[in-house]
Amino acid sequence: MRADQILHPTPEGLYCPPGDFYIDPVRPVHRALITHGHGDHARAGHGVVLATAQTLDIMAIRYGQDFAGQRQVANGPLRIHDTTVSFHPAGHILGSAQIAIQPDKGPKIVVSGDYCRRPNPVCAPFEPVPCDIFVTEATFGLPVFCHPDPLQEMSRLTASMAEFPDRPHLIGAYALGKAQRVIALARQAGIDGPIAIHGALQNLCDYHIAQGIDLGPLVPATADTVTAQLVIAPPSAFASPWVQRFRDPVIGFASGWMQVRARARQRGVELPLIISDHVDWPQVTNTIRELSPSEVWITHGTEDGLMRWCELEGVAARPLRLVGYEDEPE
Amino acid sequence: MKAFANLLERLAFTPARNAKLQLLRHYLMATPDPDRGYALAALTGDLKLRAVTPGLLRGLMAQRVDEQLFSLSYDFVGDLAETIALLWQADGDEDVPLHQAVALLAETGKAGLPAAIAAMLDRLGSSQRLAFLKLATGNMRVGLSARMARMALADMGQPTVADIEEIWHGLTPPYQPLFDWIAGGPRPENAAKAPFRPVMLSTPVDLDQLRGLDPSEYIAEWKWDGIRVQAINDQGVRRLYSRTGEDISASFPDLIGALNFDGAVDGELLVRRGNEVASFGDLQKRLGRKSVTRAMLESHPAALRVYDAMFWQGDDLRDLPLTQRRMLLEQADFGSDGIDLSPLLDFTTWDELAALRTDPPSPVIEGVMIKRRDSRYVSGRPRGPWFKWKRDPMVVDAVLLYAQRGHGKRSGFYSDFTFGLWDGDQLVTVGKAYFGFTDEELKELDRFVRNNTIDRFGPVRALQPKLVLEVAFEGLNASGRHKSGVAMRFPRISRIRWDKPASEADHLTTLKAMIP
Repeated sequence: MRADQILHPTPEGLYCPPGDFYIDPVRPVHRALITHGHGDHARAGHGVVLATAQTLDIMAIRYGQDFAGQRQVANGPLRIHDTTVSFHPAGHILGSAQIAIQPDKGPKIVVSGDYCRRPNPVCAPFEPVPCDIFVTEATFGLPVFCHPDPLQEMSRLTASMAEFPDRPHLIGAYALGKAQRVIALARQAGIDGPIAIHGALQNLCDYHIAQGIDLGPLVPATADTVTAQLVIAPPSAFASPWVQRFRDPVIGFASGWMQVRARARQRGVELPLIISDHVDWPQVTNTIRELSPSEVWITHGTEDGLMRWCELEGVAARPLRLVGYEDEPE
Repeated sequence: MKAFANLLERLAFTPARNAKLQLLRHYLMATPDPDRGYALAALTGDLKLRAVTPGLLRGLMAQRVDEQLFSLSYDFVGDLAETIALLWQADGDEDVPLHQAVALLAETGKAGLPAAIAAMLDRLGSSQRLAFLKLATGNMRVGLSARMARMALADMGQPTVADIEEIWHGLTPPYQPLFDWIAGGPRPENAAKAPFRPVMLSTPVDLDQLRGLDPSEYIAEWKWDGIRVQAINDQGVRRLYSRTGEDISASFPDLIGALNFDGAVDGELLVRRGNEVASFGDLQKRLGRKSVTRAMLESHPAALRVYDAMFWQGDDLRDLPLTQRRMLLEQADFGSDGIDLSPLLDFTTWDELAALRTDPPSPVIEGVMIKRRDSRYVSGRPRGPWFKWKRDPMVVDAVLLYAQRGHGKRSGFYSDFTFGLWDGDQLVTVGKAYFGFTDEELKELDRFVRNNTIDRFGPVRALQPKLVLEVAFEGLNASGRHKSGVAMRFPRISRIRWDKPASEADHLTTLKAMIP
């Protein structure tokens, strides 16, 4: 069976005919395999959802208990029609997984979803899975993206908090994954006091703590006066009246995009922190070298750069040009 | 250079003035001489180094990175120095003193410069690489005015901002005497002469607004398309400043030599051959040069057309009414052929002025200036005493054909638009526009581009020809560069015509009929 008969893009998402399932579909389908809990990958309304236990929990927290007709926990290799599928840690956020598809006849395909190779205190590290076809994201698929050590970025945060001791530091971080990682990094950087969190982070922070991840003392950033100097909030909160309770705040944003100044400027960020949950250029190229698949498929992001690199390296590659995933999923 | 790189980064992203001042003050207090002086000069644009050209930097990269990956990267990042700082493969993390980097750029010969820059980049980490390249290209863009830098200095000691401004133009980097003075030492006695004084600016006006005013209370003159300058001869010290206070004397030795008067005048810098004023393009060739060749001085002679006087023979005229200042200028001898007085226009009604404005005697006129007869010379942009009434832009309805990601602030958005007009049943490209739309419209255009791409050529996207843009422009020239044979001057998108089908866009013949 040819590779594109085993997996190909459809308007609903990546479809696997021999297994009759979709991966991270953007429209409701009868059977969905979900790599991780971010909203553009994990949507409500599917028939059967197969994902890691943590991803299923996260979907229930976000969409309510009835987010799917039926839940199935990924636990070891599983037969689905004429395929065997298995889930492997992706190192992106809590519960994130790569999905390996071994058809009865044909090449083995690994759909990595969103992934990251840098150690992350809030999730299990990426596990390299040998395969014939490696399906990779290319969110940061340009050689300018070489993300620094996140602890170095945290030292810029602590320096700013010392330079402006009277100004609250509001750091934008997406509610799932990034926020908890920033909190855990702040603890590693020696910030021991209470960190205030926006209401939208509460449930997901509670869930991380319940999963055994130490986030230290957290206080709600919902009172009229918030005394903690460090406040974590989803970026959308900065456009809402919630932000008006802070006097002269330093607005920061934790994202891999912050490596490019124009991006930080577009967001009106005063303290850009380059902290990413996605592979940067050295990571994605080294991963492809390490796995040495016979073919690379690129799902979404700045695929032109990675396509060119594959061409230069003599690696067969093609873009899937999937639609429906956020252009900037950080 | 680590502290300097940090400072640049913080300044670039810090919007609040006070926070910027604090960051700069703390840096200046914590940094030793001469590094802090060079940093200050770099920030205020007073550090005159051998400008490293974009071509040199591209050449360095071409040896190290695949050309296509480089161009995709540059396209995404939108800034050459930043692209190179990010792409440079090196593990260096040295804290090279700023004065060493400055010395390298000031002293290395042209032939040795590429290798010297590469060796320096190898020694530095990514954000220091960016700081070094910004230093080398002389373009800091951190949103810190020279005045703010002086305010930070004033916060460090006794001398006030006014004290510092009085002597600023007589100082040179690394400003050791200035820092000594601020720390309590003696005041640097030097050329406190020929200081720049903030200029008076005008506000736009239209005929409807003018009808509410009495024309007899105003004078009018042509608005020349050159560069507004302040030319000073203060007891023999001669300087030429741009309207933002940048000292551009070095680029215009011919005009400096012609300032044979004692005073400070406000006027338009032009290239003029005999009585014929040359286009802005000709003037542009004279800008930003550290030295000017004799051939350039002969082929592109600089001239000054005087509008107003702030000082004349020792007297401060700024509180006199405009008509009195004019009278003094009309009697004055500027002592040179390169300087003349801007003539007044003869009109008694606004309609007469409107008629003059639509048919100016020179193509280098971009409208008229209207000034109250009794106006004092005040700095800034007061509303009322001075108006600019520019020529109306021309417009066509064109079809959006291609889009490319923007650079600078717009990087990441599709903001460079190529548009075309009908020629028979074909659309031919007639120009490109980068602005004219709001941030909100930019997002909509960006979305349109992403959803209507039919082909890609590297960074360029070809689009479904269905969106009509109203494009405004200031003038039109015949051109071999565009397929259409015409080139627009200063084109911008004045409206997005979501409502108009592409078939109703204008034809090329309509545009060609507008060529003067």
